Order: sequence, then C-alpha cells, then structure tokens
Amino acid sequence: MLLQISEPGQSPQPHQSKRAVGIDLGTTNSLVATVRSGERVTLADEQGRDIVPSIVRYAETGIEVGEVARAAMAIDSENTLSSIKRLMGRGIADVDSSTLAYQLEASDSGMPYVRTRAGLVSPVQVSAEILKTLAMRARASLGGELDGVVITVPAYFDDAQRQATKDAARLAGLQVLRLLNEPTAAAVAYGLDEQAEGIIAVYDLGGGTFDISILRLHKGVFEVMATGGDSALGGDDFDMAIARWAVTQWQLPEAELSGRDWRLLLQSACAAKEQLAQHEDVQLQPALPGIESTLVLTRQQMSHLLDGLVQRTLRACRKVLRDAGISAQEVKDVVMVGGSTRTLYVREQVAAFFDRQPLTSIDPDKVVALGAAAQADILVGNKRDADMLLLDVIPLSLGLETMGGLVERVIDRNTVIPAARAQEFTTFRDGQTAMMIHVVQGERELVSDCRSLARFELRGIPPLAAGAARIRVTFQVDADGLLSVAAEELSTGVSSSVVVKPSYGLSEDEIGSMLKASYQFAEVDMAARALREQQVEADRLLEALDSALEADQTLLSAAELQAMREDMAQLLTLRQQTQDHTALSAAIEALSQSTDYFAARRMDRSIHDALAGHRVDEF
Amino acid sequence: MDFRQNYFELFGLPVSFAVEQVVLQQRYQELQKSLHPDRHAAASSQQQRMALQYATYVNEGLATLKSPLKRAGYLLQLAGLDVRSEANTTKDVNFLMQQMEWREALQEANAATDPFAVLNSVRDEVGQARDGLYQRFVSAWQQGDADSLAQAHECHRQLQFMHKLLDEVDAMEERLDD
Repeated sequence: MLLQISEPGQSPQPHQSKRAVGIDLGTTNSLVATVRSGERVTLADEQGRDIVPSIVRYAETGIEVGEVARAAMAIDSENTLSSIKRLMGRGIADVDSSTLAYQLEASDSGMPYVRTRAGLVSPVQVSAEILKTLAMRARASLGGELDGVVITVPAYFDDAQRQATKDAARLAGLQVLRLLNEPTAAAVAYGLDEQAEGIIAVYDLGGGTFDISILRLHKGVFEVMATGGDSALGGDDFDMAIARWAVTQWQLPEAELSGRDWRLLLQSACAAKEQLAQHEDVQLQPALPGIESTLVLTRQQMSHLLDGLVQRTLRACRKVLRDAGISAQEVKDVVMVGGSTRTLYVREQVAAFFDRQPLTSIDPDKVVALGAAAQADILVGNKRDADMLLLDVIPLSLGLETMGGLVERVIDRNTVIPAARAQEFTTFRDGQTAMMIHVVQGERELVSDCRSLARFELRGIPPLAAGAARIRVTFQVDADGLLSVAAEELSTGVSSSVVVKPSYGLSEDEIGSMLKASYQFAEVDMAARALREQQVEADRLLEALDSALEADQTLLSAAELQAMREDMAQLLTLRQQTQDHTALSAAIEALSQSTDYFAARRMDRSIHDALAGHRVDEF
Repeated sequence: MDFRQNYFELFGLPVSFAVEQVVLQQRYQELQKSLHPDRHAAASSQQQRMALQYATYVNEGLATLKSPLKRAGYLLQLAGLDVRSEANTTKDVNFLMQQMEWREALQEANAATDPFAVLNSVRDEVGQARDGLYQRFVSAWQQGDADSLAQAHECHRQLQFMHKLLDEVDAMEERLDD
C-alpha cells in the first residue's frame, strides 16, 4: 500500500471521486453505466437486470417505468408508451401513428402529445421519466446525488432531436456534461478496451435508429471522419416487416386491426426474429384470437423480408465512406453496436460489404453506455491526466432560407464541432427594425425538403436607410451539436435581440411549466430548488477558481490575486447565508465576469504550452 | 486568446501556401487537447464559454489551412484583399467558355454509354487546369506587389469555379453509383 506523505498545511485535497454516469437512452432499451475503481460497469437493479426497457406506463397508481410497464403492455396498451424516442423533436406530421397503440394529439405548435389517463404528455416528459428511473438506480448504486451525466444520442439526430433530449434531462433534474453520439461512445469503449489504432467503422443499428460512423483512432484521440445514417430505421422496422408478412399469411384484414392487435403481432414478430439468431426456422403461434394455424418462418425467408431495410443501411455506409474520402478496404475494424446487429443476416451483409468479419466482442447492448461512462468520468474531472479526446462532427448541414425557398448552406455536414459561421445580412426597407431568419437542417436544395429547425427573429435593428444596416449573425454549434444564434448590427454596434421559435421543440415557457408541474408543490419548492441550483453553480465556480489559482497563480499580479481572493470570499459568505437565489445568481455572474481575464490568460498559456518547443523558426 | 493571431501563428506554422499536413494535424490535436470544451466540462460556465470560442477558432483554423482553396483565399485576405464580396466573380471570357464546355460534357454524360468514362475524363481535365491555376496563384502571391496580388486574386476566383465543378462531378458519380 502506498502512503502519501504531505507537509503540514500542504495536504492535497482529499481525492474525492465525483459521481458521474453514462446513459444510453435507447428507443427500445436504456442503460446506465459508470466507472468504478477504474473499471467500466453497467448498473443493474436488485434482480441483476442491466437493461431498462424504454417503456413508460401512466398507471392509475402512478408512473411505472421499465419491466413493470412492459408487463402491463397487453392489458393497458393505451397508457403504456414504448418507442417514444421516435417522437422526440418531431412534428406530428412526421409521425406514422397508424401502428401505435397509444393516441397522439397535436399541440398548438404541431407537436405530438400522447393522450394518457394522466392527461396529455409530451415525448420529452416521457423520456424524462426513463431518465429519472436510471438516475435513481445510479444514485442508489453510487451512494448520492449525481455530479454529472453523459447522455448518448444517435449521431444522425438533428438539432431538434438533440434539444428535446437535453430538455428531457433538464426535466429529470440532471446535470448534462455532454450529449455524446452513440457510435462515438461505442468507439470509445472499443478503443479503450482494445488499445486500437487506425480507422474503424461503427455500424450501429438500434431499435429505431441507424448510425454509421467512420473514426480515426490515434494515441487517445478519437476523430470522427464522417457520420451518416437514418434516424428512423431500426429493429422496430424489422419487426414490422415480419408482422406485415404474418398479416398477409394469416389473411388478416389489415385496415381493421387495432393498435393492440398490432402490438401483439409485433411482439410475436420480434420473438421470432430473436429466435432465428439461434435456429434455422421458427413457428409463429396464433397471435390473435380467431387465427387457427401456426406459421413457419425460415431464416432465408426472414432475410428476404429484411433485405430492403438492410440494403438501405449499406447505401448509407457507401455514402459515409465517400464523405470520409476512404475505401472500404482502408477500414481496419468494423464494430457492431445495437441489439439489431444480432440478426444474422445483418452481420452477413455487413461482413460482405466491408470484406471482413465485424467485431461483436463487447455486448452490443451495453457498449454505448460503457463508452458514455468513460467519457462522463473524464468530463466530470475524475481523470485529470487522461489523454483521451473526442473530436466529433455535425451530422447534417445547417442552412438558411433564401429567396425562392432555396437553402443557402451555412455549416456543412461533417464539419468538426464546435463550429461557427458568421453571415452578414442587410435590411431591404427604409427604417426596417426587425427581420426573420429561418434555419433549416438537411442536404437538399429546397427549404421544403429540409427540416425546419427554428425561426429567429432579430429585433432592435436601428432604423436606417434600406441596405445601410449591416447585421452580422453568428451561428454557433457547440460540442453537443446544438445550435445557437447571436446577432449584432455592425454600423452601430447594437446587438439585436434574437427570439427563437423552435419549429419542433418546447419553448422555455412550456419547459418551465412542466418543471413546475413535476414538483406538484407550492412555490416554496421551486424557490428551494432554484436556490439549490445556484448554490451548486457557486460551488462549481469557486472550486474551479481555487484549482485555477493553485495551478496558475503566477499569471496574476499581487493586487489582482488579492482582489480575486476577496471577491471569492464574498461569494462564499453569500452562498452560505443567503436564501435569495437571484442575489446569488447575480453574484456568481459578477465574479465570473470579473475573473474573465484570468481564464483568458490561462487559455493563452495552455495554447503556448501546447505548442511549446515548436515555433516558426523550426522550419 | 489573441484572436488577432492569424491561423498560421496559432498553429506555429510559417505563412505560406505549402502547409505540412502531418504537422498541422499534430499541432491541431495538441491545441485541442487543452482547449476543447471536453477539457473544461467541469469548470465554471464562464470558462466553458471561453473554451467553446477557442476550440471553435482552432477548428476554423484547421479547416482553413487544410483546404488548398480556403488557404489560398486566406492568404489573400491576410494580404488585405476582399475575397468574400458578392461582386467577386471572374470576367475572363475564355475561362467562362471553357467552364460551359465542361458543364455541357457533364450533362451529356448521363446519356453516354459509359458515363463513368466521361466523368473521369472531365475530372482529369479540370484537375489539370486546377493544378495549373494553383501554380500561377503561388508564384503571383509570392511576388507580392499589387499587380501580382490582383492576378493571384483572379486565380482564386477561377479556382472556386474549378472546385465547384469537381464537386458536381463527384455528386454525379454518387448518383450514378446508387
């Protein structure tokens, strides 16, 4: 055993590992994982089950999540919601609800809400319930409040779908360190296990989404070269193809089948699909009353039924290889992720496409959560010396609507994030003080063929002659792949306000009222919660400044150092004494602003250090 | 960070059209290992904001220095020329005629018995012309006087056409592949 001996008064801060987890919030199943004593592990319930089915039931007695909810699917199908991820960040017009066992209703803004016995619920709220369940399991297992979580999303998720996921985390009261792309998470788990170097492809076919990413692994850097896929293609579609075949074979009247009938048919289709991973053929028992005969489905027949879907994934693979500028031969390893890659036909076809046996050494159901846990452990600050770096990309191009409904690209797909682009606009009428900017995402030329993300209204433009005002609009995509917009009028330097109207998302107000509703109590609790949040933020800032001072005190003059210490002491006192969250929030903001220069100097120093030793004169 | 620092300085590279890509990548990764928002995820929101800006700037720098076309435009910008203006388009009639010929050839490729052969021959021709333009660009830019820079600027305008055309050849090949 190693004993650490320190001088009195210089003892290092007790190394307290922070509680961080990775969450794979899947269409069909969800998992939570953490790093415990250096080892990545998924967290199981008391019965030893890692997987939480992504199913939420609004029961008479309250909300149920996971296996309990699944058990009630057949008896309470209208209030038992599965595959909710497919509705995240979508408009009602995008959703094929014919085979859903639950009832959708459009909100005023065209968002799908589910009608349950507990009233209308949005997909974001349903996802938040799944997250709460996972977080509860994690708190119990790690013994306390979580310091941060990494939540995975399909790489091919657009901005609205990512934002919806982040909103769900907020409703669940989680501190999101990062939204991580699922194939990137899988690459991390795989890369860390195998110490791999070189180019790998991650083929990720889940319950409802398909991703294909090409990454270059080199000395702890995971660089995504290109990503592609289909955010509405997965194992659910396999089940549907098999169920439709069964409907034809049993000569059922398709138009008369209820949501509940479909659910039974899909369950039996899914069971058949899973059994065919082990057996050459399988019998389908009558799924509905009134059916007399059993059906036999062979592997070969199933391959035939799934072929169109599998070929779609391979087309996406071809495209992503082109985007990455490499050939299939240059790919060293193909990593299989997602439960749907258990289907043998998928494995065969992927093997043939890349001309090598795909790797399935890490459990395809767990690999994403395990990778997310590794990233969470580093982001939360438990591994300060870690060399790992993830460089990810934006999956779909961002563009603006221009004259005639055409799209002007602002940021191309596969651009490394974070990324920004500034664009200048001018007014076309005298005295014009507002203008609308419509942001879309997608690869097509026409606005109507892309997804509408949001309309940004710029207000407060100084009234000038037409064409005289020059407004610079900056589009920033952060490391989560989320877009934000800022605007400034250049001739006067006035910053215009930007009002966002998300096309398929919840507004701040809606989230606010959902948050309130989820507390069911009086305003006291809201205030208590807000105070708690600000206290956490104050602690974070003070802790960050403490460790920054410890490392880089020399960057400050004696006077600066003293002033900073005084300001910090003041904030600490306020944090311990005040009950007023707005006062605390203002003090935090003030301290952060007054220490901006220190943060900037530290950044500059680290740039300098990063390049130390190689300067221009080397050449 | 000093955002006035140009991308070459940022990466510790000499201001030149020739950029050693391996060195660029290596410097880039070194910078991102300390600047990327992931390195500051547990820090104050102020520092996170800053990391976002810095990492974005480094990413832009990489994208600019990696692509020959962007790099050429950036060198002109550093020399004080406005390469972004909308009115910035070539008036070289011979060049435009040549462009139209290539475009016609592409359109006819669809109906050709071997469309890939047509695409390849257009690609080769355009590629050669592009390489020639880059050579002219570099020597004019190196001269550095006002007239030469104007010539370099014209090369850059024409190069933009060339790259667009080559992108279209690729897009067409993609469609034929599927």
